[in-house]
Amino acid sequence: MIDLDDVAVRYGPDMAVLGVTEHVGAGEWVGLIGPNGAGKTSLLRAVARLVPHDGAVRIDGVSSGALGPKRLARLVAYVPQQPELPPDMTVGSYVLLGRTPHIGYFGFETAEDRGVCAELLECLDLAPMVARPLATLSGGELQRLVLARALAQEAPVLLLDEPTSALDLGRRVDALELVDTLRRDRKLTVLSAMHDLTLAGQFADRLVLLSKGRTVASGTPDEVLTEVNLAHHFGSNVRVLRSEDGELIVVPQRTRTSSRA
Amino acid sequence: MPPPVATRRLQSGPAARPVVGLRPVSARRPVAVAVGALIGAVLLGVSVGPADLSFTTVLRVFLAHVPLLHFHAGVSRVDADILWQIRLPRVVLGGLVGSMLAGGGAAFQGVFRNPLADPYLLGVAAGAGLGATAVIVSGSDTSELLPAAAFAGAVAAVALTYAVGSTVGRQRTTASIVLAGVAVAALLTAVQTYLQQRHSQDLQEVYGWILGRLNTATWSDVVLVLPYMAVSAVVLLAHRRLLDVLRVGEDEADSLGVRTARVRIAVVAAATLGTAAAVAVSGLIGFVGIIVPHTVRLSTSSSYRVVVPVSMIGGAAFLILADVAARTVQAPAEIPIGVVTAFVGAPFFLFVLRSRRAGRSVT
Repeated sequence: MIDLDDVAVRYGPDMAVLGVTEHVGAGEWVGLIGPNGAGKTSLLRAVARLVPHDGAVRIDGVSSGALGPKRLARLVAYVPQQPELPPDMTVGSYVLLGRTPHIGYFGFETAEDRGVCAELLECLDLAPMVARPLATLSGGELQRLVLARALAQEAPVLLLDEPTSALDLGRRVDALELVDTLRRDRKLTVLSAMHDLTLAGQFADRLVLLSKGRTVASGTPDEVLTEVNLAHHFGSNVRVLRSEDGELIVVPQRTRTSSRA
Repeated sequence: MPPPVATRRLQSGPAARPVVGLRPVSARRPVAVAVGALIGAVLLGVSVGPADLSFTTVLRVFLAHVPLLHFHAGVSRVDADILWQIRLPRVVLGGLVGSMLAGGGAAFQGVFRNPLADPYLLGVAAGAGLGATAVIVSGSDTSELLPAAAFAGAVAAVALTYAVGSTVGRQRTTASIVLAGVAVAALLTAVQTYLQQRHSQDLQEVYGWILGRLNTATWSDVVLVLPYMAVSAVVLLAHRRLLDVLRVGEDEADSLGVRTARVRIAVVAAATLGTAAAVAVSGLIGFVGIIVPHTVRLSTSSSYRVVVPVSMIGGAAFLILADVAARTVQAPAEIPIGVVTAFVGAPFFLFVLRSRRAGRSVT
């Protein structure tokens, strides 16, 4: 569904991504992991065509450069790490923004657009707050709302930049669980930058470990989340444990022995 | 462990009820209120003046001008002329100018996502000021040339700002355009001040133009600017949904398939056309583009579907009322209308800043 061929992103003289080649199959969830500055966000933004890039990005076999902005937005929905949330915009108006790629330049929302959004609000448990301003929503509600807007684009590809960074522990699992359900129900392809390695291992089908703009490991969570890989590229000691039901658990460790001992 | 609420609901099947109220904010009621205010302002504007015309006289003259009605006004010719040839063009022109300044301000606040953006942000005022000053100091017949020079100066200044601003750096184009506007305005104002100092005998006339005036308004002024303003208003109104999309930022709007750079240039061009036409016939009237859109936001909604149309109607009403104040407070002398709008505008800035602190969105 997403083909990256030697994709590079540069900001002036600084290279953020140095030639990443990757294939994300239809219906697959691929997690991008790596230390801060590894190029996760830049790579996502290149796929969303929000930064100029070298190399080729193909969506569903079509070079993204050949797609008009509207067509691209009907194929790819992008959720940034910190979405702009106008405090007094209502929940309903915000979700309707997701229909933009389906509306003509001078056009306005149709009954069909409202129907799509209504269904999404219902299914993400946001229907009761349709008339509320965004300022009154909790972090978890906002997270679902942002997803609802992205889903309103009805794009088969969902790009998520750190979808859970603003949430507490319980809400993180909820949010990722929701993404997983939605992807199965709606046959979405998900490419997401993920901060929490344990959750990345539990939810993504495959992980791509980026470091300094390059892919340094790629494969199943078992293959990528090794103590050697993580110690080398995150520059810190970690232990990778396995829970009773076989899930990987990544635990950071202090490098010096505790002075409180 | 039970699945989280949202997924539980999802798995229970597609029993989606239609969500009531999933509509963008409606502008109907605020527009109705603004139209009411405008009608009131027009009636007040034509009734107030040195010649004492009763309200019934005003109504009778209006009715006599309604086509097909064949109503005979039965008022003196002088009264009818004062109303129809002096007061009404002034009120209509004031309304048009107010409408353009307020609508242009709202649009600029939207595309630049800056609450303090006003229609003069990109150099319209400085360009018009230079054009007008050049004509005045040249000693030629100002009545003919002045509006054309002011209009040309305003449009040229914005074109220069845009050309400079959008070529500097690929990122953060809005910021570089605004900064280019500051630079262009400073440059043109410097030239204008120089011309003004070299021809100090014309100082009063230049100054009078800068402070804004509607006292020379005629129907031919109205006819002169109406086409530009009509185009401007239609284009700005047509962009009201897209201005709402821009509220989530350029990046996210881009990812929703909006060509933000194209929207920006269309809106800036339309707002500039309307504002340049306004300053060409009225001089530089400040603060309207700030006060009116923010009042609309604070009292109704910050959706541009409301802010753009209601600012245009409300801006017309506001400037007509400001003009009434300008010609009555010190009657028979007139206060420059720019002084009246600034007098209301400055305290309003503080008000806007206070509400901004309270977390209301102001763009």
